[in-house]
Amino acid sequence: MTRIDKNPRGATSAVTVRGLVKHYGETKALDGVDLDVHEGTVMGVLGPNGAGKTTLVRILSTLLAPDSGRATVVGYDVVRQPRQLRRVIGLTGQYASVDEKLPGWENLYLIGRLLDLSRKDARVRADELLERFSLTDAAKRPASTYSGGMRRRLDLAASMIGRPQVLFLDEPTTGLDPRTRNEVWAEVKRMVGDGVTVLLTTQYMEEAEQLASQLTVVDRGKVIANGAIEELKAKVGGRALRVRPADPAQLRPLAAWIDDLGITGLATTAVDAGRGSVLVPVLSDEQLTAVVGAVTARGITLASITTELPSLDEVFLSLTGHRAGTAADAATADTREEVSV
Amino acid sequence: MSATTVPIADIEADARIPLRGHLRHTGALMRRNLLWIRQDPESMFDALLMPIVFTLLFVYVFGGSIGQALGGGQDGYIQYVIPGMIAMMSMTLSQGVGTGFSQDFNSGVMDRFRSLPIGRGSVLFAKISVEIVRMLFATAVLMIVSVLVGFDIESWPGLFAAVGLSTVFASSIMWVFLTLGVVLKSAQSVQAMGFLVLFPLQFGSSIFAPTASMPGWLQAFTDYNPLSALADAARGLMTGGPVAHGLWVTLAWSVGITALMAPVAIHKFRTKS
Repeated sequence: MTRIDKNPRGATSAVTVRGLVKHYGETKALDGVDLDVHEGTVMGVLGPNGAGKTTLVRILSTLLAPDSGRATVVGYDVVRQPRQLRRVIGLTGQYASVDEKLPGWENLYLIGRLLDLSRKDARVRADELLERFSLTDAAKRPASTYSGGMRRRLDLAASMIGRPQVLFLDEPTTGLDPRTRNEVWAEVKRMVGDGVTVLLTTQYMEEAEQLASQLTVVDRGKVIANGAIEELKAKVGGRALRVRPADPAQLRPLAAWIDDLGITGLATTAVDAGRGSVLVPVLSDEQLTAVVGAVTARGITLASITTELPSLDEVFLSLTGHRAGTAADAATADTREEVSV
Repeated sequence: MSATTVPIADIEADARIPLRGHLRHTGALMRRNLLWIRQDPESMFDALLMPIVFTLLFVYVFGGSIGQALGGGQDGYIQYVIPGMIAMMSMTLSQGVGTGFSQDFNSGVMDRFRSLPIGRGSVLFAKISVEIVRMLFATAVLMIVSVLVGFDIESWPGLFAAVGLSTVFASSIMWVFLTLGVVLKSAQSVQAMGFLVLFPLQFGSSIFAPTASMPGWLQAFTDYNPLSALADAARGLMTGGPVAHGLWVTLAWSVGITALMAPVAIHKFRTKS
């Protein structure tokens, strides 16, 4: 029952994953994943549907056994020490859920009792968390009557009962409207403020940027990039400038001129033929201004110019040269091709 | 706040869950299953209405003619059919563990339970216990209705013994339904499969009519059908008649089914991803 040591940098690793493999028949859900989450940080795992995100969370929360590889949470091995591990984690998301038929309070009380709190402590904890997640008024109503946001908050409250050291959030805002999504983000930020280590999976760069400090990008069971979120954002182009010429015929010349500016850092300028625009990753306001200046100098009439956060697709395109989840089509990427330099 | 913090010492301690822990977890989960009934009283309709409907149906639709053939008229048939219906009710209600489990898996609640440091058996035992409570409730309703239509409880100890025997056998059948609940994808398929399994067992038995007039091939089935043995034993216990054969056969089946299916159910439950 040994607990793991410190990692080389001195910070204690809360989650350590080495060479994790899980196959479902022919499908490689996880194909040798390595991952480290340092104590007190938020790790975002970004990837498209079917990338293996949920499989990873299910293995880390002992719901699924890996085929090979090793994973520990706060030093406890997912295969050999599942009971100790379950005591230090919280799980919320797509799959772990609350009991819809029970009132909110009863859901929390039940979990308190299952976590070996005394009746009194379980009651106090349930009241406390309902208050904290603004659900006190709905405490006695069955969870089935809750709105999407309330349910997700109850879900988060349920995963906090045991004061977990590590919290797994599997796509915490999938299916929520933007306002509710912001509510959930605010709650997650508060939990992080309390010092909980979080591993969250998401399909949205925006969500990762809001919540995570570290990012691991996964695709078809493999880690394709990881690092501090700022590094990765720089790598994929912190922002993307979308420039659409009024005359589609000018699309390629425009892309070439912009590319000639040579300002685009690590990612390349790309032509999005489908939407008749050039996508330019920019790292700073100065670069943005330079692009606009170059376009103006050439006297090209623009239909629109917008900045956007890179979408998951763009992150993938920049990192791998192919679109999310479609490696086979990399060569035939339909609407977009890289500008040759 | 700090009063409820899990002490580090406990986290480091041996991972084995003490008996008290198992009891606490099972109790908390039973409370959950009982709250379902309070939140959704309609879920008790089957346990409440089935005994009423079936008793009235069989006694008044078939009672006269089968009773005549038996030689005791409708009153004779009531004495014949009621003990067997205890067995039938408990079979039908034991399906509930399968459908309930299936719902828990599909809603994701089971994932949360399985991510908690509890023995997985507590989830099974809590569900079985609450279904037995439902079964006993249905049996009580059945006995009230049957007395109202003229059933004569000849032996109270015999009645309790018959209910006990039905419960024992039904608990063994519950492992089959638990397995179905874990293996099949939806509660509807569990119910459909349950119906397919139970219907021939219930009607191809001595519950509703003596088997003597049935064709030979069917008798071969009914003679080996554990529900015939259970119905015969219950009848013997409640209204007099041979008990021993039915009793031992039922107990043997219960032990056999449990020995075979409990490990399967537990294994499927533990390894379900």
